[in-house]
Amino acid sequence: MAGQTLYDKLWSQHLVEQRDDGSALIYIDRHLLHEVTSPQAFEGLRLARRKPWRLDANLATPDHNVPTTLVERAAGNAGILDPVSLIQVQTLDDNCEAFGIEEFRINDERQGIVHVVGPEQGATLPGMTVVCGDSHTATHGAFAALAHGIGTSEVEHVLATQCLLAQKMKNMRVRVEGQLGAGVTAKDIVLAVIGRIGTAGGTGCAIEFAGSAIRDLSMEGRMTICNMAIEAGARVGLVGVDDTTIDYLRERPYAPNAEQWDAAVAAWRDLVSDEDAVFDKEVVLDAAEIAPQVSWGTSPEMVAPIEGEVPDPDAIADDTVKRGVVRALEYMGLAPRQKITDIRLDKVFIGSCTNSRIEDLREAAKVAKGKKVADSIALAMVVPGSGLVKRQAEAEGLDKIFLEAGFEWREPGCSMCLAMNADKLGAGEHCASTSNRNFEGRQGYGGRTHLVSPAMAAAAAIAGHFVDVRNVDVRDHTQQSQEA
Amino acid sequence: MQALKQHQGVVAPLDRANVDTDLIIPKQFLKSIKRTGFGPNLFDELRYLDEGYPGQDASNRPENPDFVLNQPRYRDASILLTRRNFGCGSSREHAPWALEDFGFRVVIAPSFADIFYNNAFKNGILLVPLDEASVEQLFQEVEASDDYRLEVDLEAQAVTTPGGDVFNFEVDEFRKHCLLNGLDDIDLTLEHEGAIRDFEKRHRAAQPWLFRG
Repeated sequence: MAGQTLYDKLWSQHLVEQRDDGSALIYIDRHLLHEVTSPQAFEGLRLARRKPWRLDANLATPDHNVPTTLVERAAGNAGILDPVSLIQVQTLDDNCEAFGIEEFRINDERQGIVHVVGPEQGATLPGMTVVCGDSHTATHGAFAALAHGIGTSEVEHVLATQCLLAQKMKNMRVRVEGQLGAGVTAKDIVLAVIGRIGTAGGTGCAIEFAGSAIRDLSMEGRMTICNMAIEAGARVGLVGVDDTTIDYLRERPYAPNAEQWDAAVAAWRDLVSDEDAVFDKEVVLDAAEIAPQVSWGTSPEMVAPIEGEVPDPDAIADDTVKRGVVRALEYMGLAPRQKITDIRLDKVFIGSCTNSRIEDLREAAKVAKGKKVADSIALAMVVPGSGLVKRQAEAEGLDKIFLEAGFEWREPGCSMCLAMNADKLGAGEHCASTSNRNFEGRQGYGGRTHLVSPAMAAAAAIAGHFVDVRNVDVRDHTQQSQEA
Repeated sequence: MQALKQHQGVVAPLDRANVDTDLIIPKQFLKSIKRTGFGPNLFDELRYLDEGYPGQDASNRPENPDFVLNQPRYRDASILLTRRNFGCGSSREHAPWALEDFGFRVVIAPSFADIFYNNAFKNGILLVPLDEASVEQLFQEVEASDDYRLEVDLEAQAVTTPGGDVFNFEVDEFRKHCLLNGLDDIDLTLEHEGAIRDFEKRHRAAQPWLFRG
């Protein structure tokens, strides 16, 4: 019999019941909640007079609607100027209090984007099932946790039963072998993968990311990659456990205590695919061939390397694809065969559950250090993923580097990734964004998003248009303190 | 959940691939804490010429006359015909809520995104996957005739055209059962409460660090 994949192991370890009709009941270890997709679920519980099955499995924080300026945040919930957003955040607070669920509220230093907070607290652990009413829950798979987004009816179902009705997915492996070039990051890997397999390339699958280039990544980089598995159509992204995983988790607040640590680590070591495991699909990329990526269109598969150009619809054979490209170019205000480096920008956003962790901010700061944001850029903002990321960045002096360069340094939240708060693009504005979706209107009505890595976003902010970060003079931010 | 056994209705063609959930219902409308009332904002950015905001009276907004749902013959549509990878992107259940609130009960496309697929069935919307050639044929027929209607039979897993062509489709047994009978998932799961408790006990014994309480 063939060996098991990591996904197979996680699935069987959580299987409560397998039914003849192909459906199954799986047990959920961790349920993360935020203000946007939970109110109707709590309302459903109330109407049916049900209680949460297991309180300690749940952890909540507001992130989508929270303002990111210091002035607004100083006032707590009262600083949320949009009354509809305020109601939503207040409703999360009220529901968590009424049902007894732990919540990191707006001005708790542990508040932040739910997919940054979970791992940072050690609330995401290898071998867990992790769900949240948010498609970027795939992020947590970087820890060899079976993690995926769910809808609000499923949020209610998990609250009430601690289980999810599920069907086993197919196994897909994306192997990235070899060494990344200098200036090329996890974000470029995942954009290149999506460019290769398309936004439906992983539909119905759990994608395990493997290969030496993945092994070489930090946990932050692995989270960036798993985060965007959903942009390749896969609800689940996974990376097997190794020393990097275990070292990251040591002494996190929710991680196993000293008594349990050794037993936990021993169990986690098995959370890798067996040598002889069989995958339904496999894709292999050569890391050395991946250049910094920039999305030019309105779907994450519409990407090009920095030295490339926008495609020419006339050269596309498939009629549906061709019409999609024509529509995207019209929306984006780009011409066929326009060079990527000729795309001029109006705003720059460094943040989101994809790229707002400490390593992301360090990468961007290296590029920004000692330089100035171009005059043509109306706004360049850095939004840390959590209050703890913000504190760490400030301890390292990154905030000063950004502020001196002309970036705004904000309070944690989802911010301009999806513009549910006041941070948004105006119609027609081009934005270099470290977020995950370039859909029409995503960052603001009529806004034009270009997905890039934090280093590429910082370089674009300085130049005013896209530039190849591999040609940019980069300074290590840690050198400053030594020089000073 | 409203049961669905057979459905007959007007078909609206949305000729576009990779329709994402941001397009189905833009984020500003996700601020509602209710499950209903999203219909007027379904496809908001395609449907209106201005920028929509929550709480607005949609009846006074300038409509985009080119958008398919604004054409008189499709205003009462209950079957949406579209292209591949429908519902990709975010997990927002507001997308099926908006489709349902508008009046759609069935969506036909070559493929659907995974999370949207789950969310739709939980809200009584039947998703019918048909191959690209069949979808293309339906697009041609819809555009060629007014008041084009299809008959969808979930029990038989079949779509019948006015000309008598029959297309069979796949659907998961469990989802079919729930939709035919309008069953609530939570009640069904809680029938297995004992099995869940037994599992939980074994799980806690094996990996106590997964539990804090």
